[in-house]
Amino acid sequence: MTVGNLASAADTVEADRQRDWREALAAMALVGPATALIVVFLIGPLVCIALLSLTDYQLGAKALRFVGLANYAEMFGDRVFRRSLENTLTYVGVVVPLSVFLGLGAALLIEASASLRGFYRTIFFLPVMATLIAMAVVWEFVLHPQFGMLNLALNAIGMTGQDWLHDRKIVLFTFCGIGVWQSLGFNMVLFMAGLTSIPRDLYEAAEVDGAGQAWNRFWTVTWPLLGPVTLFVVVISAIRSFQVFDAIQVLTKGGPNRASEVLLYTMYSEGFEYFRSGYAAAVTMVFLAFVLALALFKTWFLDRRVHYG
Amino acid sequence: MAQVELTGIAKSFGEVRVLRDVSLEIRDGEFVTILGPSGCGKSTLLRIIAGLERQDAGRIRIGARTVDTLRPNERDIAMVFQSYALYPHLTVAGNLALPLRMRLLSWQQRLPGARWFSPHIRAVERDINRRVSEAAALLQMETLLPRKPAQLSGGQKQRVAVGRAMVREPRVFLMDEPLSNLDAELRVHMRAEIAQLHRRLGVTFIYVTHDQAEAMTMSDRVVVMMDGQPLQFSSPGAIYSDPVDLRVARFVGSPRINTLPGVTTGRRSIDLAGLELPFDVALAAGERVTVAIRPAATGVAGQHGLPGSGVPGLSGRLVHRENLGSDLFLHARIDALDTTVIVRQDPSAIDAFPLGMQLQVDIPVDQALAFNSAGARIRSRVVARAAAS
Amino acid sequence: MTTRELGPIAGALRHIILMVGAAVMIAPFVWMVATSLKPQGEILVAELRFLPERWAALHNYTMAFTRVPMLRFLLNGVLVTAAIFALQILVNLPCAYALAKLRFRGRNALFAVVLLGLLIPLHATAIPIYILLHMLDLVNSYTALVLPFTISVFGIFLMRQFFMSVPNDLIDAARIDGVSEIGIVWRIMLPTAIPAVTAFGIFSVVAHWNDYFWPLIVVRTKDLYTPPLGVAFFRLNDAGTEYGPLMAAATIVILPLVTAFLLAQRRFIEGVTFTGLKR
Repeated sequence: MTVGNLASAADTVEADRQRDWREALAAMALVGPATALIVVFLIGPLVCIALLSLTDYQLGAKALRFVGLANYAEMFGDRVFRRSLENTLTYVGVVVPLSVFLGLGAALLIEASASLRGFYRTIFFLPVMATLIAMAVVWEFVLHPQFGMLNLALNAIGMTGQDWLHDRKIVLFTFCGIGVWQSLGFNMVLFMAGLTSIPRDLYEAAEVDGAGQAWNRFWTVTWPLLGPVTLFVVVISAIRSFQVFDAIQVLTKGGPNRASEVLLYTMYSEGFEYFRSGYAAAVTMVFLAFVLALALFKTWFLDRRVHYG
Repeated sequence: MAQVELTGIAKSFGEVRVLRDVSLEIRDGEFVTILGPSGCGKSTLLRIIAGLERQDAGRIRIGARTVDTLRPNERDIAMVFQSYALYPHLTVAGNLALPLRMRLLSWQQRLPGARWFSPHIRAVERDINRRVSEAAALLQMETLLPRKPAQLSGGQKQRVAVGRAMVREPRVFLMDEPLSNLDAELRVHMRAEIAQLHRRLGVTFIYVTHDQAEAMTMSDRVVVMMDGQPLQFSSPGAIYSDPVDLRVARFVGSPRINTLPGVTTGRRSIDLAGLELPFDVALAAGERVTVAIRPAATGVAGQHGLPGSGVPGLSGRLVHRENLGSDLFLHARIDALDTTVIVRQDPSAIDAFPLGMQLQVDIPVDQALAFNSAGARIRSRVVARAAAS
Repeated sequence: MTTRELGPIAGALRHIILMVGAAVMIAPFVWMVATSLKPQGEILVAELRFLPERWAALHNYTMAFTRVPMLRFLLNGVLVTAAIFALQILVNLPCAYALAKLRFRGRNALFAVVLLGLLIPLHATAIPIYILLHMLDLVNSYTALVLPFTISVFGIFLMRQFFMSVPNDLIDAARIDGVSEIGIVWRIMLPTAIPAVTAFGIFSVVAHWNDYFWPLIVVRTKDLYTPPLGVAFFRLNDAGTEYGPLMAAATIVILPLVTAFLLAQRRFIEGVTFTGLKR
C-alpha cells in the first residue's frame, strides 16, 4: 500500500465518522424532544409514584421519611379505602357487561339494515362526544327527585321515582347507568369496525351451507369471528371503567356516606385535597395494578390473536 | 456526464454478506444493466451508488469525484424507483419541481409567500416552471401536470417518475426495476421509450432488473450478478452466446439452456454417455464437466442435418411438446444421462414429431459450451471461433 | 352485514328497539336544551313538558355568559386544546418517523418504552407530575395545562404504525431530491399521513376539550378555567338551583364538539374507532 493510499484511507475514515455523526445527529434531533418528555412525564413519574408510596411525603413538606409498607398497611386497614375498592369493582362489574352487551346489540341491530342506519349510529354515538362533566350536570337535573325528567316520566307511567343521587343504596348504580349511557356508543363503533372486517363471502358460504336464518348466521359466522373483538372491547371498557371519576367528583364527592367513593376519587381527595402524597401514591399503585394487569392481558393475550387489517 | 467506477465494494446486513468485492467500470454515457435474480445484491449495489446505503468497504467515483462521503443529493444522480415513489400530496408538476426547488432555493426562500417579496425567487421559479414544462413536453405528458399521482395510470406514473429524474439533469440515471409494476404490453413499450430517452440524453444509465428481456434489449453492456458478485460484464450478445460461468448461462435465455453431465477423456474431448465431443483444450482425464447447449442451437438428427452428417447426437425419447406458435420446443428424455433436453424446432414440423417417438438430438460441437465442476467456462478454440463469428 | 334485507316484521322490530334505545340515549340532551329555553318558573314544576310556554332562551344564555366568564372559559379551552395538539404533532411526529424509518442506536429500547407508556393512564402519574410542576412553580398556569400532554406515546405509536406503511422508496426519493431528514418529516410524511393525523387530532381534541381531571388538579384561579371546570364552577356558584342558565352553559360547552361531530360524523367515528382499536 502506498503512502497516497494510506492518506486517502484516513480521509475516508474521517469522512465516514462525519457522516455517522451527521446521521446520529439527525436521529437525535428527531427523537430527542419526545424522549426527554417521556422521561420527565412518564418514566420519571412512574418510578416516583412507586417510591413515593413508601414514604410519608406530604405536598410542600420540607422532608420525607421512608416508611416501608406503612401506607399500604394503613390503606388496607382503612374502611374508606376498602369501600372505595369495593365500589370501583362493583362499578366495573356492572358497567362492563352492560355496555359491551348493549354496544354489541346496537351494532348488530344497526348494521342489520340500511334503513336509518346513519341516524341511529349518530344518536348512539352522541354521548361519547359530549363533555362528560357538562352531561353530569345535566344528568343531575334529569335525576332531580322532584322536577327531573326521569322521575316525572316514571310517575307518568305509574311508578314511583327515586332520589337517585342521594340514596346510599342506589347512588353507585346511578353512576353505573351514566357510565353505560356514556360508553355504549364507543363499544358500538368498535364492534361495527369488527363487523365490517368480516368478509361477506362467509355469510354467503354459511347460507349455502344451510345457515339461512339471521339467528343461525349470527352463531355460525358473526359470533365466532367477533369473539376476539369482544374480548378486546371488554378489556378496554374495563380499563376505562376503572378510571371513573368526573361525574362522581362533581355530583356527590363520593357520598352520600362514601356510597359512591371510587379509587380515583380516593386518590384525588387524599393527594390533592389533603395533600397526603405518600398515601395517595399507594392508592394510585393499587389503581395502576388493576389497569396494568388488564392492559398486559390485552397486549400479551389478545394482540397476538386479534387482527384488524 | 460521467463514468462510474466502483472498486471493491462490500456490504453486509448483519451476518448476511450481500455484496462481496464488487468492482465495475461503467463508461461515460453507457447504458449498463445489472441483471440478476432477486436477492443477488443488485438493488443494494444501486442504492450504494445512490448514497442511500453505505458500503462497508470500497470506493465509488462518479466522474472525477470520489462520492463516498457525499449525500445522495450531492452526487449528481437521479433515481427511478420500482414503486415510482411519487409524492402523493403533490401534483405532477409539483413532483417534477420538488428536486429543483430543493436545489435552487434555500429553505427560507421556499417558505410560502416568500416569492411575493423577492424578484429573485420569482425568477428562479419561472426557470423551474420552464424546465418542468420542457421535461413534460419531452415525455409528452403536458396534460398530466395538474393531476395528483392517485389519478394516474401505472404507465403515466412511470413516466412522471422518469420526468422527475430528468429535470435534475443528472450525470447518472439510476433505475431500480422501473418496469416491473407494469403489465406486459406496456413494459415492451416503455422499454423502447427508455432506450430512446437514453440515446437522447446521452448520460450514463445504470439499470437494475431481474428481467433478462429488459437487459438484453436496452443495454450497451450487462452485468450479471449472483450471490453478491458480478459474474460477467459484457455486451448482451456475449452474455447470451459466450457466458463465462454456468450460472450466467443458466440465468440468461428462455427456455433455459440444456446442461449435460460429462467427463473429460484426456484426449482433448468430453465424453457424454458414450458420445465423444471433440474439445480443443488440454484437460486431464476423468474430470467432471458440464456441457451446455441452447435449445435453439440443437437440432434433431434427420431434420436438421442428415444422419451421419458428422454432427454428434444423443438418442432420446420425445416426452413433451410445447407449441408457442413461433417456436416448437421438444422435450427429449435422454435416459443415458438421466436428463431431459429441450430442442427448438419449427412449429410447422409438429406432425413429424409424435409423442413417444425415438429421436436423435444433435449436439453441434461449435455451439456447445463446457464448464468445469466449479462452473467456470472451459474455452475451446473451436467455440471461441464460433463466438467471434 | 347480511346478504339480504330483513323481512317486514324483523325490520319493524329493529326500528322499535332502536327507537327506544335512541330515545334513552338522546333524552338528556333533549332535556338539557328544553330546560335551557325555559324560565325558572316553568322549570321547577312537576310536569313533563319539553317546549316552554314563555321562551327564556335569551335570558338563560345571556346569564350563562355573564354570570361567569364563559367566553373566557371557552377561549381557554380552544387555546389549551389547540396548543396541546400542535405541540403533540411537533414533538411526536418526528419521533414516530425516526422509529418507523431510521436505524439508530436505542431505537428498540425507545419503542419498548413507548409500548409500556401505552399501558399507563395519566391518572397514575398525576401526583409526581403535580409535585414537579409545584416545585417549578408552574401550578395554575397554561404551561401546567398543556405541557404534560405534549408527549403522547399513543400519538407516537399510532403515527409510527402509519409511517411503517409508507414505502421506503418515497423517503429515498426525497433524500435523492435533497430533502433533509427533518424536511422529510414535514414535507413528505406529514402530508402523506393526513388521514392518521386527522384521526389522532380528533382523538386528542375530544380528550382534552372534555378533560376534567387534570385541569381540576392544576388550575386554581378562574381565569384559567377550561369549559368543563367552568360548568362545574357554574353549578356550585348557583347552588344548582338556577337550572335554566346552568343547562344553557352545559349546552354551550357541549356544542362545539357535537356540532363538529354532526358535520363530519364519518370522520369522527372513523377517528375514534381507529384510535380505539389501535389503543
